[in-house]
Amino acid sequence: MTQSLLFIAGLILRLAFWLMLAPLLPGIINKVKAWVAGRRGPPLLQLYYDLAKLWQKETVLSTSASPAFVAGPAVAWVALAGAALLLPLGPAGAALSFRGDALLLIYLLALARFCTAWAAMETGSAFEGMGTAREVSYAVLIEAAIIAAVLSLSIQTGSISLAVMLSPTSGAGAALLAAGLFTVLLAENCRVPFDDPNTHLELTMIHEAMVLDHSGPPLAVILHGASIKLLLCAVLLTEAVLPMRGLAPLPAAGALVAGILAVTAGVGLVESLLARFAFRRVPLLLTTAFLLCLFALLIAWKGNPA
Amino acid sequence: MERQPGVSGTLNLLIGLAMGLNLLALGSSRLPSLIRTVSVQGMVLGVMPLLLEHGRFDWAVALVALATMAGKGVLIPALLRRAMRAANIEREIEPSIGFIPSLLLGAGGTISAVALAGALPLLPEHAGSLLVPGAIASVLTGFILLIGRTKAISQVCGYLILENGIYIFGMLLIRSTPLLVESGILLDLTVGVFVIGIIVDRIQRAFDSLDTRHLTTLRE
Repeated sequence: MTQSLLFIAGLILRLAFWLMLAPLLPGIINKVKAWVAGRRGPPLLQLYYDLAKLWQKETVLSTSASPAFVAGPAVAWVALAGAALLLPLGPAGAALSFRGDALLLIYLLALARFCTAWAAMETGSAFEGMGTAREVSYAVLIEAAIIAAVLSLSIQTGSISLAVMLSPTSGAGAALLAAGLFTVLLAENCRVPFDDPNTHLELTMIHEAMVLDHSGPPLAVILHGASIKLLLCAVLLTEAVLPMRGLAPLPAAGALVAGILAVTAGVGLVESLLARFAFRRVPLLLTTAFLLCLFALLIAWKGNPA
Repeated sequence: MERQPGVSGTLNLLIGLAMGLNLLALGSSRLPSLIRTVSVQGMVLGVMPLLLEHGRFDWAVALVALATMAGKGVLIPALLRRAMRAANIEREIEPSIGFIPSLLLGAGGTISAVALAGALPLLPEHAGSLLVPGAIASVLTGFILLIGRTKAISQVCGYLILENGIYIFGMLLIRSTPLLVESGILLDLTVGVFVIGIIVDRIQRAFDSLDTRHLTTLRE
C-alpha cells in the first residue's frame, strides 16, 4: 500500500517538475538573446503569462475542421508528457523504467509530431499544409539521427532501457554525440538555423505555419507541449553526454541543472549569432547531424567488440 | 616496437579529425572553405610523424613534418587562393554529384574503410590504429571530389585529399622510407599545384569558365 502511494507521489512530483519548469526554458533563451543584443527582453516568465492568457480565451473553430483539430494537440501534449516521464531525471531516476522504453520514447515523439501535423491539416489551409510538409520531410532526417544516437548509446551499454543507457563514456564518441544531438535539438524544436520561432513570414515558417489556425486553449497546449519537448531534448542531451553516474545525488542534480542551463544558453547564443539557413541548405545540416550520430555509433561499435 | 596507449590515442584522434575534415570537404559549398579544409587537414597530417616518434627526436622526421606543414598547410593553399583570385571565378562550387549524396558516399566509404581494415592482415602494432582506415577513407574522398565537382580548383582539392590519403599510408613505413622519397613527393605536389594554377588561368582566359565539362571535345 505505502509502496504504491510512494510511487504515485513520485509520479505526481515528476509530472509537476516537467509541466511547471518546461515553460521556463524559452524564457531563458529569450533572456540570452536579449542580453547578446543589449536589450532588456521579455520577462523570464513570459510564456507562463502567455499560457494563462491563451487558456482564458475562446477557441475559434473552422467549420471544415473535425474534432481532431482539438484532439490532435491534446494527444500530442499527452504523448510528450508521457515521453518526459520515461526519461530519468539524474539521481531521481525515471518514473517508469522497463526494457525497451527507449523505443517507446522515440515512438511517443513521432506520435506527437503526427498529431500536430494532423491537426494542422484539418482546416484545409494551404499555409498549414506547406508547413506540415516541411516539418514532416525534415523529421525523416531528424529521426534517422535520433535512432543512430540511441543505437550508439545502447551498444555502448548493452541495454535498451533508458535508465541504464544514459551512462555515457567520455571521449571522441561523446563529443560527436553531443554535436549531433545538439543539432537534433535545434531542428526538433524549430530553433534558428532551421526555423525562426519569431518569424511570421509565411514563406519561411515551419512550425509556426502549422499552428496558424489554432487559438485559445488548444494553442496554449501546443505551446506548452513544445516547451516540454525542448526540456526533454535538453535533459536527453545532458544525460547522454555528461557522465554523472558516480556522483552523489546532490552534485548530480546540480550537474544536470547546469547542463540543461548550458544547453539552453547555447541555443540562445546560436540563435543570436547565426542566421536562418536557406531551405536547400537545411537537409545538408541534418544529414551532417545524422552522420555525427552515425560515427558516434561506429566508435561505440569499434570500442566495444563484445 | 611498443606504442604507448597515450600516443596511439592522440594519433587516432588526429586521424579521426582528418576523416572528419574529409566529410567537411565533401559538404562545403564554397571554394575558400574547401581550400581551408584541405589546408587544415594538411597541417593535422603534418603533426603525425612527430607523434609516431614517441620520445625520441629525429631530425629527418622533424624536417618531413615541418616541410609537410609548410607545404600543405600554407604554400599550396596560398597558391590555390592566388589562382582563384587571378582567374576571378565565382566561389560557389557546382557539384555534379550533389552535396548530400557525396556526403553519404563519403560516410559510407569511411565506414567501409574501417570495416575493411578490420579484415586486412595487418601487423599487430598497426591493428589498433586508424592509420589504414584513415588512408583508405581519404583516398575515397579524394576520388569522390575528383569525380563529383566540375570546377578545376575543387578537383585540385580532391587530388590533394587523395594525396593526403597516400601520405597517411606512408606513415606506416615512416622508418623505412628514405627522407628523399618523402620530400620528392612533396616537391612534386607543390610543382603540380603550381602548374595547375597556371593552367587554371589559361583555361579561364580561353573559355571564360573553369568548368571542366567544356573541355571534353578536341579541336584543331
